[in-house]
Amino acid sequence: MKPSFLKVEGLSKVYPGPRGEPDVAVFEDLHFSVEAGEFVCVLGHSGCGKTTILNILAGLDQPSAGVAIMAGRELSGPSLDCGVVFQGHALLPWLSALDNVAFAVRSRWPTWSRTEVLEHSRHYLRMVGLGEALDKKPSALSGGMKQRVGIARAFAIQPKMLLLDEPFGALDALTRGTIQDELLRIVKATGQTIFMITHDVDEAILLADRIVLMSNGPRARIVEYVEVTLPRERTRETLFKEPLYYPLRNHLIDFLVRRSGHYSGDAGGVAERPALVRPGLDTDTPFNPSADHGDLRNEPIGNHGAHRPGPSQTKAHLGRPGQDRRAQQGMDDGGAARADDTDGSAGEGGRRRARAA
Amino acid sequence: MTETSLRWKSALLSAVLLLSFLAVWHVATLPEPSSTTVDAEYAALVGAAAATGGESAMPTPADVGAQLLAHLRDPFHERGTNDKGIGTQLLSSIARVMVGFGMAVLVAVPLGFVIGMSPMVYRALDPFIQVLKPISPLAWMPLALFIIKDSDASAIFVIFICAVWPMLVNTAFGVAGVRREWLNVARTLEVRPLRLAFKVVLPAAAPTIMTGMRISVGIAWLVIVAAEMLVGGTGIGYFVWNEWNNLSVANILCAILFIGLIGMALDLALARLGRLVAYKE
Repeated sequence: MKPSFLKVEGLSKVYPGPRGEPDVAVFEDLHFSVEAGEFVCVLGHSGCGKTTILNILAGLDQPSAGVAIMAGRELSGPSLDCGVVFQGHALLPWLSALDNVAFAVRSRWPTWSRTEVLEHSRHYLRMVGLGEALDKKPSALSGGMKQRVGIARAFAIQPKMLLLDEPFGALDALTRGTIQDELLRIVKATGQTIFMITHDVDEAILLADRIVLMSNGPRARIVEYVEVTLPRERTRETLFKEPLYYPLRNHLIDFLVRRSGHYSGDAGGVAERPALVRPGLDTDTPFNPSADHGDLRNEPIGNHGAHRPGPSQTKAHLGRPGQDRRAQQGMDDGGAARADDTDGSAGEGGRRRARAA
Repeated sequence: MTETSLRWKSALLSAVLLLSFLAVWHVATLPEPSSTTVDAEYAALVGAAAATGGESAMPTPADVGAQLLAHLRDPFHERGTNDKGIGTQLLSSIARVMVGFGMAVLVAVPLGFVIGMSPMVYRALDPFIQVLKPISPLAWMPLALFIIKDSDASAIFVIFICAVWPMLVNTAFGVAGVRREWLNVARTLEVRPLRLAFKVVLPAAAPTIMTGMRISVGIAWLVIVAAEMLVGGTGIGYFVWNEWNNLSVANILCAILFIGLIGMALDLALARLGRLVAYKE
């Protein structure tokens, strides 16, 4: 089996406690992986250390324990291999939009001529729809346009992996939607590997291939990996019409509202190896919609499950952590479960994306 | 009130204030005829007006105006060491300020950069800065004269020492206050230290540094007058002291007006420069 593109093992972050008090662990013993070309979202409440994870991957922060290995090399310190889109756009206010991107491009390719740098920068700004605002200073741009420049800057250096730290958190809903669509389009075109932090359930469903669910901090853990079972060709308008949308959304919301708090403290109830969950496809997902229309939505999925060949029967236990071998594999390598699905059912395979291939 | 009418009204008020000041001055300095109180022989010696005691040594606005015109008509004349045009005097003062200020920039900005970048250096140098900063620059004058043994260079040294502190403190403050996220952007882009200093830290701290320069040049212009009174030779400070010895109050008043105007011009010039490097967040 091909090793994962990014592999994080035993990652912990501990802050020394105030005088005399015990140390505070923000999160402990995190294991996860990201495949090349995959879009992974981390979902969790504030304070579970999401931004710290991203900063560690970006090399801006040091873990207390554990390693992150990207493309066979351990990540140590900031590098051009990881592009970062910051929560606050973090543009240099004395430079125009074009110069902000050009600053990054020049850092990536120091030997390029001025015209090459500017042409490359212009290309990426046009890609995010900012062809007209090249010479404006950030203060003259709206919040959404600033974040677009930040995205163009991160894509322009063509990093091996892109890290997004709640990039749309400060934007209004309309702008957020537009930029999410743009991001989807760009990701589709470039096949960029992306690791994104968010606390917005719909954003995660729209964008991600896989969602990592974290329990509340302190001593936050990864509780589950949720596979986004919707077809890759998603748009904001048609997303909620997908039969698998509501089971997935309900599962995530149920986690954030009810279950995420149960794992805090001594990490009771969290398995050493969290399971891969596929809401709507697994028969015993932790959330059971009790509303009458809920069953209707689940019906085609239930049928679907019945047609599965043998191996899918084990899915019945997927929700229970640590019992199922396939679930563990799924965690180690997100591609494994997907490959099974594709040959398991043509109908489903058709709806699923084939980008990883 | 609209912007233009506001401007007109304030200009009008300024003019009224100026005119009433001149009027009060004029009335206060009018020669008042009074009974002869002095000796007749003394009157013959010093002239009628002084003999009556009517004319004060304080010139009227008209006297000062006439003197001003005379200075403006021939600002750069040189008739011996003690009779140089006011333009020459002002230029030599400005030159001293520029040299002292320039040296202060060369020392304060790089040193402030280092202090701002390194909390260790900041803590190490802080006690020295705190003690040296409040010392009146003129207190350095005797020491400077003793060590440098050149009055002109000593005056420049005094300007240097008074200009260095505001710039040093402001540069360190500006550099230390560069937003963490801008530095993080540079770090993720693997920007080299020198490029980081010139392309990120310097532009980010530039407005604060410029504020320090503006304060420094203002203080330098205040100090040069006093310094030149001490060292003599040329300069507007020396001119003022010389005219005091001549008891020419009209010339002193002209010099005071010029000192104010030049000080304003220096401040405006640096404010203009500051606007060039300012940015809006």
